[in-house]
Amino acid sequence: MKGGLLVAEKLSCTAGQRHLFDGLNLVLRRGDLVEVRGPNGSGKSTLLRGLAGLRRWQSGRVERYGAIDYLGHKSGLGASLTPLENIRYRQRLKGRHVDANELAAAMTRLGLRAARHERCAALSAGQRRRAALAALLVGGADIWLLDEPLTELDEAGADTVRQLIAEHRDAGGAAVCATHVPLGSASGAPATVLDLGATA
Amino acid sequence: MGLLLAQLRRDLLLVARSRIEAANPLIFFVLGVFLLGFGTDAFRASSAGAVWTLALFANVVAAEGMFQRDQDDGALEQLLVHARPLFAAVIGKLAAHWLVAGAPLVLLGPLAVFVHQGTLQGSGALAASLLLGTPILAILGGIGAALTVGTGRGGLLLGILVMPWYVPVLVFGVGACTAAETASGAAFPLLALAALLAASITLAPFAVAKSLMISQEY
Repeated sequence: MKGGLLVAEKLSCTAGQRHLFDGLNLVLRRGDLVEVRGPNGSGKSTLLRGLAGLRRWQSGRVERYGAIDYLGHKSGLGASLTPLENIRYRQRLKGRHVDANELAAAMTRLGLRAARHERCAALSAGQRRRAALAALLVGGADIWLLDEPLTELDEAGADTVRQLIAEHRDAGGAAVCATHVPLGSASGAPATVLDLGATA
Repeated sequence: MGLLLAQLRRDLLLVARSRIEAANPLIFFVLGVFLLGFGTDAFRASSAGAVWTLALFANVVAAEGMFQRDQDDGALEQLLVHARPLFAAVIGKLAAHWLVAGAPLVLLGPLAVFVHQGTLQGSGALAASLLLGTPILAILGGIGAALTVGTGRGGLLLGILVMPWYVPVLVFGVGACTAAETASGAAFPLLALAALLAASITLAPFAVAKSLMISQEY
């Protein structure tokens, strides 16, 4: 498919005894932003974990045509390492070259310049979230899977996330975000809303 | 290979940042050696067995924390999403685990025997058996840790799970030390340990990787 990054067909999912969704289809093209909405417990996080490959589906299939990056509820940063050490390690895990300049720019962008040599345990929850977003920014993935990316962030941080998503889309990437508030920027293309509450 | 080294380096850095926690298994081992009858005849008769049993328990103590912290802070999720092939990163993790919780015992074991007996007799076989055996313990402990990481109460379960797997290692490890005193020599038990080590190095990383994937299914 032209410009298609991710195609999901007829996904069904249950968590424990609970039926979450059935026959869910999702096509993600370059430049797309899909906002996954729905009440608590409707399966937003589960959908993202599944798309990230952390969980199997009861039925259906997912085909990916690009690299993915996943930001869940947990920051994924080792508490006794600094943000820089964590991100360097993450880059190596992805088999990516660690570019010091790119890394420094990302830290500055997310307001972590002063905190880059502090251990993550000493950072606030919001700062850890920012560090995780910095890892995303330098990660170079086409598909971003973000689970409530605005959690713990202040107003400025939330604005930064919206900008990052807009830039990512402009650069030919795509994002699937579980969220309760709109994440599209005013100027950019509108977001697609996938309401899990409606399909349940 | 790059993935293996990246994981090894990161895990060793984590250990360097929390030395006390990492030293727990070793402290356990050293305390155990001294508590098990300093200089008594009973210990002299079975020093290799005592050292091996302590090494085994020290490994269970160490294995518990192997994936738990990564699970808590989400680093495990990231590892599973990004590391390709996953088993390479797992080997790095197992290697770091052995370097911290297993390798020191290769030196400390014979040292403990020396402290107790005042002679280095038989310590060659002990060191050789520990050198071959402790990586197996670390690897088997890794499988147990990966299987129990999602359960929240891993410690007890892990012990019950891996102890039976440790038994052959214990048998050949102690067997090597006792056989070294006899005419037949320690060659057979040491070769058996080497075979077990080769099998666990090649097969276990896949088992650990699969177990870790399963641990995320919630």
